[in-house]
Amino acid sequence: MGDNRQNSIGYSLPPVWTKLKQHAVFPHFTHDERARYNFLANLNRYLSTVIAPGVQVAYERRVEPAFKAEHGRTFQNRHELREAISRDAYYQMWAALRRCTMEMRQQNGRAVVLRQAEELAQRVQDTLKGHEDILRLRPGFEVPRYLRHVDNHLMPGSYHTQYFEGDVANAANYDSGLFVTSGGMLGSLTDGGGRAIAKWVRENYPDFKPKRILDIGCGLGHNTLPIAEAFPDAEVWAIDAGAPMLRYGAARAIALGITNVRFVQMDAEDMSEFPDGYFDWVQTTMFLHETGGKAIHKIFKEIGRVLAPGGLTLHIEQPQYTPEMSYFEQFMRDWDAYYNAEPYWGHMHDLQPEDLMEEAGIPRANFMQVGVRAVNDLDQPNGTQVREDYGRSPIWNVFGGWKPK
Amino acid sequence: MKLNDIVMGSDKAKGARPYFFDDPMAERVMNIAMAIATEVAVIRERIDTIERLLEAKGILAQAEIEGFVPTDEQAEERQLWHARYAARILRIVKQELDAVANPEDNKPMHQIADEINEM
Ligand SMILES: C[S@@+](CC[C@H](N)C(=O)[O-])C[C@H]1O[C@@H](n2cnc3c(N)ncnc32)[C@H](O)[C@@H]1O
Repeated sequence: MGDNRQNSIGYSLPPVWTKLKQHAVFPHFTHDERARYNFLANLNRYLSTVIAPGVQVAYERRVEPAFKAEHGRTFQNRHELREAISRDAYYQMWAALRRCTMEMRQQNGRAVVLRQAEELAQRVQDTLKGHEDILRLRPGFEVPRYLRHVDNHLMPGSYHTQYFEGDVANAANYDSGLFVTSGGMLGSLTDGGGRAIAKWVRENYPDFKPKRILDIGCGLGHNTLPIAEAFPDAEVWAIDAGAPMLRYGAARAIALGITNVRFVQMDAEDMSEFPDGYFDWVQTTMFLHETGGKAIHKIFKEIGRVLAPGGLTLHIEQPQYTPEMSYFEQFMRDWDAYYNAEPYWGHMHDLQPEDLMEEAGIPRANFMQVGVRAVNDLDQPNGTQVREDYGRSPIWNVFGGWKPK
Repeated sequence: MKLNDIVMGSDKAKGARPYFFDDPMAERVMNIAMAIATEVAVIRERIDTIERLLEAKGILAQAEIEGFVPTDEQAEERQLWHARYAARILRIVKQELDAVANPEDNKPMHQIADEINEM
């Protein structure tokens, strides 16, 4: 079966694709399309657990020694290291294979959803009958420039492209394919991050009763719904720039029986539609690294404005790069920035979260930072965890704070 | 609206594609090989499904497949299939051997063209 647990030979297998919950708007996969994803998930697992560790070996045994011999010193930053390691044959093979699996995952998933795009759009429309008020799209909405500038993580057309009115193809591709890149470590609804944060907040702040919650850059709501579920009395606003994501996300929420979330098309840089202090909790999940160098500051300013005094803001990201982090680790974590089309990833992780929080009106005394692991319903009890794969493992850094009353 | 999944499915993402090998052509070949490897896994999984369904319906047991020993005639047919398959896969190598072994049949086409022009 495969369940992320190490089996008798000590090798951990990803779960099979059929473990994903097939909600009402989930794309249909043929037997062979499922098998393709099962293979790709396994290929990724093998690459990350067997092949990738060798990159560090090659680095330590030959890349760094050769550089030292030539320059009489070691690397002074991760960019210098990238230059040198790019000439190493073992690194080249690993990198080429990793790039190849990312592209195959995109191609395979894209072909699946394109062939049924019409039917998916219809199903979304049918599911939303009687619930139209939970979805608000803006005719003429202008997608932020930086989103149009790149296809993040090599998804052609990114989050915003629609191939016809009502289209949800790219969202359906994202929903059904994240399983492959994450190796099933995010759970049957790909919502391990949201589950983790909801659990953490409830455990640590049992008296916190937010009336209104805002999830910025919600995508198709993978990590919004667990929060809405954990706080059923709250009114949850999920905003995103991508119409296909919002449409699909709204229908998916209804299909999963969650009715306290509304999905609104909005640019997080300008949330003037919301009055000051409107939300008790403002959340972002794996969002900041897909914004832009100017936008991120505008967004934090807006977060500070819409957050109520005494309110909470939390941001789930990968760990920031700090002076204690080795250049090798920084380089490996930075890999996606260059080679998986996540170009803002590196710059974003160079920023200091305390500074960002200050921009949102959270004083340093109120700043907090914790590590949170995905809550995964596919994990077995006593499951041995899979080794860290630089930016792909289901362990995140959460930073944020309480706004003074 | 119907979309063309055959062509659009392979759309490229924005930004130049990085190549990691010194020779991008070698990396392209590797990408094709990995795609074929995927399809082999897909066929393997499909056959596995068929075997398990046949077993569930009591038509055959997987143990029968594992314990299968071909008759001499069947073995000959199967080995022939493998031999032909190997030959198809290694065609390019075999033809390189022909070129080395028979240089008289390995002249450049423009030379042959000039020669034929005189015939
Ligand atoms: C990686 S996805 C994260 C999705 C979601 N938070 C999750 O955890 O599944 C990033 C999302 O941010 C959205 N986004 C980026 N910049 C935005 C902006 N300025 N305003 C609204 N949404 C934005 C993108 O459209 C995309 O759906």
